[in-house]
Amino acid sequence: MTLEAFFFYAFTTLALGGATLAITRRSAVHAAISLMVSLLGVAGLYLLLNAEFLFVSQIILYIGGILLLFLFVIMLVNLDAGRGLRQFHQRWPLGAAVTAIAGVAFAILWSRAKLPPSQTMPDVGNVELVADTLLQDYLVPFEVVSLLLLVAVVGSVLLARKRA
Amino acid sequence: MNPAAFYPTATDYLRFLPELILTIGGVLLLVLEALTGDNKDKSSLGYLAIAVVLGAMFAVPVALANPGTSFNGMIVSDGFAAFFRMVTLLVGLFTLLCSTSYLSREKANTGEFYLLVLFSLAGQGIMAASNELIMVFLGLEIASISSYVLAGFLRDDKRGSEAALKYFLLGSFATAFLLYGISWIYGVTGATNLVAIRESLAAGTSGNSMAVAAAALMLIGLAFKVSAAPFQAWAPDVYQGAPAPVSGFLSAGPKAAAFAIFLRIFQTSFESFSSRYEPVLWILALATMLVGNFSALWQSNVKRMLAYSSIAHAGYVLVAVTTNSNVGTAAAMFYLAAYALMNFGAFAAVTHLAGRGESHVTIDDLKGLASKQPVVAGLLTVCLLSLTGVPLTAGFFGKFYIFKAAIDNHLYWLSALGLLNSAIAAYYYLRILAAMYMHEPKTTDHPEPVPGGIQLTMWFSAAGILTLGVFPGLVLDYANRFATFVK
Amino acid sequence: MTHLLPPEFFTATVPLNAYLILSAILFAIGACGFMFRKNIITIYMCIELMLNAVNLSFVTFSYQFGKVDGQIYSFFVMVVAAAEAAVGLAIILTIFRNRGTLQIDEIDTLKN
Repeated sequence: MTLEAFFFYAFTTLALGGATLAITRRSAVHAAISLMVSLLGVAGLYLLLNAEFLFVSQIILYIGGILLLFLFVIMLVNLDAGRGLRQFHQRWPLGAAVTAIAGVAFAILWSRAKLPPSQTMPDVGNVELVADTLLQDYLVPFEVVSLLLLVAVVGSVLLARKRA
Repeated sequence: MNPAAFYPTATDYLRFLPELILTIGGVLLLVLEALTGDNKDKSSLGYLAIAVVLGAMFAVPVALANPGTSFNGMIVSDGFAAFFRMVTLLVGLFTLLCSTSYLSREKANTGEFYLLVLFSLAGQGIMAASNELIMVFLGLEIASISSYVLAGFLRDDKRGSEAALKYFLLGSFATAFLLYGISWIYGVTGATNLVAIRESLAAGTSGNSMAVAAAALMLIGLAFKVSAAPFQAWAPDVYQGAPAPVSGFLSAGPKAAAFAIFLRIFQTSFESFSSRYEPVLWILALATMLVGNFSALWQSNVKRMLAYSSIAHAGYVLVAVTTNSNVGTAAAMFYLAAYALMNFGAFAAVTHLAGRGESHVTIDDLKGLASKQPVVAGLLTVCLLSLTGVPLTAGFFGKFYIFKAAIDNHLYWLSALGLLNSAIAAYYYLRILAAMYMHEPKTTDHPEPVPGGIQLTMWFSAAGILTLGVFPGLVLDYANRFATFVK
Repeated sequence: MTHLLPPEFFTATVPLNAYLILSAILFAIGACGFMFRKNIITIYMCIELMLNAVNLSFVTFSYQFGKVDGQIYSFFVMVVAAAEAAVGLAIILTIFRNRGTLQIDEIDTLKN
């Protein structure tokens, strides 16, 4: 087994195992931690795919930002008090079966797909490349995203602030 | 790379002017909101927001006068975009007109409401004018995230927060599907520009079955957004629980914008395999009409009934989408404009009649309205007759053009079943009319005066409905002229 | 050196299809969890899982085309996910304040 294959399978195990645990653990805190493992696994795959910038963003933004927010809210609402409550839908085997079939169908679709041979990226640093493209080709989406963040800030402050 | 090639020109900005005005106006409002004291009356901010929307409406013809793509093909300014920008701005204007008095009544009059409406409109404008899947996605998200907050704006209200939650959960679920579809399309064609995708698919170098699967995923996401069955479950809860003017806004504005991207994506990019998705759209359209109309029959809450009726109307528009023709697109455009007028007119009436805390929203509460408040009852009647599709109203011509387009494209069964559906729909609209005109009032208390903004909205929508009902050409000629896409 | 991992590391023994299959499975797991979890916060985590699968597929295609565009989309998706999470968790907090529960089946005021 080559080094690449070894790391691919290691990260895949993390991603899949974390994801499975995230949807099956009863405790919300455990689910959040498992989700973090899954996100870390995917971050590792980004590294294998030469996306260093996203690897860092994934860790800082997703794990450091979003997941922390999740944990914070879980603590705030003291979710584990409700652990004894039903955590899964009664008909979950049906849902699981349907999604399993869909997942397998997608997977088969992609395992049969013949991808054209990979092109190599221009030989400059990944962050440099991302910055160039983001601020030139994708300048308008980049600006539009700032509007989106403004909406999110206003909206979340509005909803979550204490009552006057 | 030559950086000079990326400097936007003045024309680029003109093509994007309506959204720019909305954004700048919104930010201005945010600053002013912070500067005015907490206990001041914030209605003046509402009037400012109305001025901003009017300014954006004047900017739409400016954008149209400079047709073409801008910012590296991210945005396209064409007649189709201008039409949907105008429809969503009109809905936004109505929302603002109705909400100043509503928010004062609910003691929640803050500037954030108005600026969220403006930002949502900017998102819808981006959707209408986007020529690139990434812009579609970002516009959709701006419109959606502000709508989630607007739905839960009365945060102490149990119904409102529940509506916001359901809208949010199912909305982001739908977004995930849309995005997954976008990623596959990118993988198959290597492009996200709608025209480039079309060219790549037409060249046939890429796997067609993958493209179909990607289109199916995107279809699921879009079907959620336009509340097509079987993905309509969120709509009744959201429209019932959200504040009444917001329900009107959500049922007309974001839905029109979602149909705009639906039409643009499927007719620009995926036209090469239209025969593969036509049967799916056929079933979707029929299911949506049936679910909407049959569920509406049993409702006693007027807002919930209007929600199901809006699902049914989405079904009629889907019939037009199924035809996959320019005539069908024009019919869908006309219908969405007419629908915005009549549906918002009805929600404006509900906004007024619901009373403080929205405690009077059942059909029983409307009993004897004709003798208590004849003007409101009369204007509501115009809207309901138009929703039914009675001749001399905009709704009649809307349905007429849709079914005509369907028959022209040999969709005989779908037209027949659609007509049957509109007959069923007549029953529940007539129920409201019967309650208003054929019953005695339950109480004899003096009705509250109708606030000016709501009055203006209702008169304007009734006038629009009747004008389009007599001179449909005013809008239809425009729609016919611009129902083609840049290819 | 422009990449963190040395070029000898990549011997292309793992076909890109494997990454796409993984992304499909992750997406399905997320969708599955969305449908059968009962707690709102865990339901929302499943959406994050789905978005993550989307990102993986974008990055894989980006690698395949040798263009950085896919990574940019992925970056936008991350930003949007952060914005959505902020608003979504605020909505969840208002729900908790109003009702004291986060079980999805107890949140059912809205019906006919």
